[in-house]
Amino acid sequence: MPKNLPLITEQASTLAAQSDALFFTLLALTIIFTALVGCMVGFLGVRYRRGNRVDRSRPAHHSTVLELSWSIGPMFLGLAMFVWAAKLFATMFGPAPKDAMDIFVVGKQWMWHIQHPNGIRENNELHIPVGRPVKLTMISQDVIHDFSVPAFRMKRDVIPGTYSSFWFTATKTGKYHFYCAQYCGTNHSEMDGYVYVMEPTEFQQWLASGGQRIQDTQPLAKTMAAQGQALYEQQGCGNCHDPDGMNRGPSLNGIYGRTVQLRDGRTTIADDIYLRKSILDSSEDIVSTYQQIMPSYKGQLNEEQVLALITYIKSLGAPTAAPPGSFASGATTGSGATTGSGRRTRSGRRGTAAPPTATTAAGGGGTVSTNTGAGAAAASGQTGASR
Amino acid sequence: MSVTTVPGQSGEAARGYSADEGAGQNYLTNGKTIASWLLTQDHKRIAMLYLVSISMFFALGGFAASMIRLELTSPRGQFLTHESYNKMFSTHGIVMVFLFLVPSIPATLGNFLVPLMIGAKDLAFPRLNLLSWYLYMIGGTLILVALISGGIDTGWTFYTPYSSLYSNTNVSLTIVGVFIAGFSSIATGLNFIVTVHKMRAPGLTWFRLPLFIWAMYATSVIIVLGTPVVAITLALVAAERIMGVGIFSPELGGDPILFQHMFWFYSHPAVYIMILPSMGVMSEIIATFSRKRIFGYSFVAFSSIAIAVLGFLVWGHHMFVTSQSMYSSMVFSIISFLVAIPSAIKVFNWSATMYKGSISFTAPMLYGIGFLGLFTIGGLTGLFLAAMAVDVHLTATYFVVAHFHYVMVGGALLGYLGGLHMWWPKMTGRLYPDGWAKLAAGLTFVGFNLTFLPQFILGYLGMPRRYHFYPAEFQSYNILSSAGASVLALGLLIPGIYLLWSLKYGERAGNNPWRAIGLEWMTTSPPPTFNFDEQPVVTWEAYEYTEYTPEEAQLDRETLGIAPEGAREQAERDPRTRGESTTID
Repeated sequence: MPKNLPLITEQASTLAAQSDALFFTLLALTIIFTALVGCMVGFLGVRYRRGNRVDRSRPAHHSTVLELSWSIGPMFLGLAMFVWAAKLFATMFGPAPKDAMDIFVVGKQWMWHIQHPNGIRENNELHIPVGRPVKLTMISQDVIHDFSVPAFRMKRDVIPGTYSSFWFTATKTGKYHFYCAQYCGTNHSEMDGYVYVMEPTEFQQWLASGGQRIQDTQPLAKTMAAQGQALYEQQGCGNCHDPDGMNRGPSLNGIYGRTVQLRDGRTTIADDIYLRKSILDSSEDIVSTYQQIMPSYKGQLNEEQVLALITYIKSLGAPTAAPPGSFASGATTGSGATTGSGRRTRSGRRGTAAPPTATTAAGGGGTVSTNTGAGAAAASGQTGASR
Repeated sequence: MSVTTVPGQSGEAARGYSADEGAGQNYLTNGKTIASWLLTQDHKRIAMLYLVSISMFFALGGFAASMIRLELTSPRGQFLTHESYNKMFSTHGIVMVFLFLVPSIPATLGNFLVPLMIGAKDLAFPRLNLLSWYLYMIGGTLILVALISGGIDTGWTFYTPYSSLYSNTNVSLTIVGVFIAGFSSIATGLNFIVTVHKMRAPGLTWFRLPLFIWAMYATSVIIVLGTPVVAITLALVAAERIMGVGIFSPELGGDPILFQHMFWFYSHPAVYIMILPSMGVMSEIIATFSRKRIFGYSFVAFSSIAIAVLGFLVWGHHMFVTSQSMYSSMVFSIISFLVAIPSAIKVFNWSATMYKGSISFTAPMLYGIGFLGLFTIGGLTGLFLAAMAVDVHLTATYFVVAHFHYVMVGGALLGYLGGLHMWWPKMTGRLYPDGWAKLAAGLTFVGFNLTFLPQFILGYLGMPRRYHFYPAEFQSYNILSSAGASVLALGLLIPGIYLLWSLKYGERAGNNPWRAIGLEWMTTSPPPTFNFDEQPVVTWEAYEYTEYTPEEAQLDRETLGIAPEGAREQAERDPRTRGESTTID
C-alpha cells in the first residue's frame, strides 16, 4: 500500500491489540457475509435471468429449516461477538489497576488542561511513562468533549458536572495524536494534542524538571494535594470538618473510598463524584447524623480547584479496605524522584509529601498542625500555581 | 372478481369532487387549478405534493453535502470558516434526516400506494393527510428560515448543553421547525395504522397484504410511539435555552446525558423509520422482477415487527463512551446484536426469492440489488459499533459516518429511488428511458462506494467526525471520498432530469408495465381519483405469481418438456399477469 493510503494504525497500548483482534474478526465476518450475499445474488441472478432455459419447476416458497438456520446461526455468532466485546469492555471501563498513576484532565472550549498530581500542568500535551497504567479522571468546564487517543484505541466523553475516567497502559514510546471526538462548537477540530510516551527514567526527569515546557516561565508548581490543602485552609473548611473542630460536619480523615451512610438511609461510596457533589451541591446526599448547614461552593471554586481539594481529601489517609489512594502514591513518586535525582529541592513539594505521612503515622490528631505548616507554604505560591 | 358499487356519493361531494366530474379523468387531470392541488384530499395528489417538496429539501441537503466534500479535499479547508463548515454539516444532517429521510417513502410512495395496495379509495383521514403536508411545509419553512437567517451549528443531534446554553446560532427556531415537522409524521403514521386496520378490501387478510404494507405499518407504529418523545425533548431544550429552565445543563442543575437518552430513544428507532419502508419496497421489487412469491413471507413480515420492537430497546448503544453505566451498556449491546437477526432474515429471504425465479434486470431491480449489497455492508458494520470494546475506538469517528450512510443512503435512499422507478409509471402514467435509469443506478452504486468505503478506513485510523481541519495524513482518503461524491452526485442528478422529461415525452406506461401482481396494478395509470372503478375483492395470496410467463411456459414445454400442462393457458387467463398495452418484458 502506498504511504499516503495507510490501512493500519499504530497499536500503542495494552488494549490496542486486543481491540484490534476483535475488530479484524468482525471485519472478516463482514467480508465473508457480504461475499456470501454477493455470490448468492450474482449466481441466482445469472442462472435465473429471464429467458435463460433452466429448470424452474417446483420452486419453494418457504422452508422452516432454512429460516431457523439463518436466524439461529447469526444469533450464536452475534452472541459470541457480544461476549468477547463485553469482556474486553469490562477491562477497559472497569476499575483501573491499583498501581495506576492518576492524571487529571479538564476540557474546555477549545483546549485541554492536563494536571499531574505533583502539580505539573500541561496544555494540549500529556506526558506519561511507558509500561505503567495511567488513569485519567476527566471533567469538562462547559460542553461535552471527548478525550480520544486512537493509538490506544480508547476514548471517553468528558462531561460537565461529573467525572468520567478511563485507564490505559502505553506499550510503546512515541508521540501520539489525541483529539476531541465529541462535537463542541466552533474550534472543535482544533481541540487536539499529543500524548508523549516516555521511558520511565526520562519521564522521572521530566517530572523533576517541572515539565520542560513550563519550566522557565512559571514558578515551580506545588503538588495538587498542597494546592488543595491551601484551599482547605483558605475556605475555612476545617472549622467544621477538622476532627477536633466543632463537629458540625463529618471528619474527612480517611473518608475517601469509604462507604458512608446518608441521612435518607441510602449508602454511597465517597468517591471523586460524591466528594465533588458534596462540595458544590452540598444540599443533597448528606451524611447521616449531620444537618444541612454547609453552603454550596458552586461558582466559587473552578474545576481545577475542586480536583485539588479532592486530591487533598484523598491524601488524608485512606480506609483500610482500599489501598492508599493512587493519588497519594502519585505524589510520593513525584517527590521521591525529586530527592532521588538530586535536583533542586522545593519546599512546596516536600511539604506535600508530608500530609499523607503525617496522617498515617500520627492519625487524625496530628493533621491539623501539619496542615497549617504546609498550608502556609502553599498559600504563598497560590497565585502562581493556579495560573 | 366480484363487483361492488361504490358507496358514499355524498361523502365524495363533500370532498369537492362529484362523481360526474371525476368520470373518465385520472387523479392528475381531475382539477387543474392551483387550489385543486393545495386543497386536495386525494392521497395521490398529496403524495405528489410531498414528492415535489421533499425533492427540493433533498437538493438543499445535497448541496450542503457537496460543500462538505469540497471543503474536506484539503486538510485546512478550502473556502469556509469553522463556523460555516459547522453550519454546513448541521444543515446537511437536519435537512436530510428530518425533511428528507423520515418522510421520504412513507409520505410519497406510502401515501400514494397504501390505499391502492389495499383496495381502498383513500386513506382513513384525508383531511388529516392534507394537514400533515401543511405541517411538513410549515416545519420545513421554519427550518429554512433558520438556516438562511444565520444557520445552526449544533449538528442534527442537538447535544446539550452545547445546544441549550452555548451555541449562539438559530437553535430555537430550528427546534420549532423540527417539532412541527414531527407532527406531520405522526399524522401520516396514524392515518396508515387506521387505514390498514379498517380499510382493506374484502378478502385481503393480513397475510395476503403486500410486504410493503407490513413495512409501512411497522414504520407507522414507530412514528406514533417515538416522535412525541423527540418533540418533547426538543421542547425541553428550547425551554432551557429560552427560559433558563434547568433540565440538561449541569450549570442549571440538569443532566446533559439525560438529553442523549431522550434524544436517542426516538432517534434510534428513527433509523428504522427510514430503513423499514425501504425494506418494504425491496420485497416488492424482488418479488416483481423475479416473478416469484417472496420466500418466507411470514418471516419477512414479522421481522419488520421485530425490528420495530427491538429498535426501541437499543438507544443506549449510542452512549457507550458517556457516563452510562457499564452494565446498562452491556444490555443495550446484546439487544443491538439481536437486531441483526431480523435484518439477516430479510436479506437471506430476498436472496432466496430469486431462486428459480425469472429475473429481469430492470432499473428498479438494479436499485434493489444495489440496496441488498449496501444494506448488508451497512448492517454488518453496525455490529462493530454494537461490540462495545470496538465501539470505544470507532464511535464518533468517520467509521460511524460511513456506517450510517451505508444504511441511510445505501439502504433508505436506494430503496426510495428503486420504489420511485418501480411505481413512476403508475404515478404518472409514463415510462422513463430505461437505459438512462440503469446508468443512473450504476453510477449511484459505484459513486456511493467510492465515497464511503474510504471513510471506514479513515474512521479506523482515528479521524473524528465533524472535523473541519484534519491531520494531513488523512488527506488521500478524503480526496478519494470527495471524488466518489461527485460520481454519486451525478448518479442522483440524472434521474431528476429524465423523470421530469418523461412527464411530457415518456412513453405511455399502460396499466401494468411490469406485469406485476398487486391491486395497484389493476387500476389505470395514473389511477382515477377514487382509485378503482369497482371495489376489488381479493381471492389470491400475496405475490401469487404463476411461475411462468406465458412465453416461458411455451418455451420450456418445447425445449425442456418440464412445464406443467396448461401453465401457459393459466398464465394467460390470469388477470393479474395479463399486461396491458406496452410492456417491458
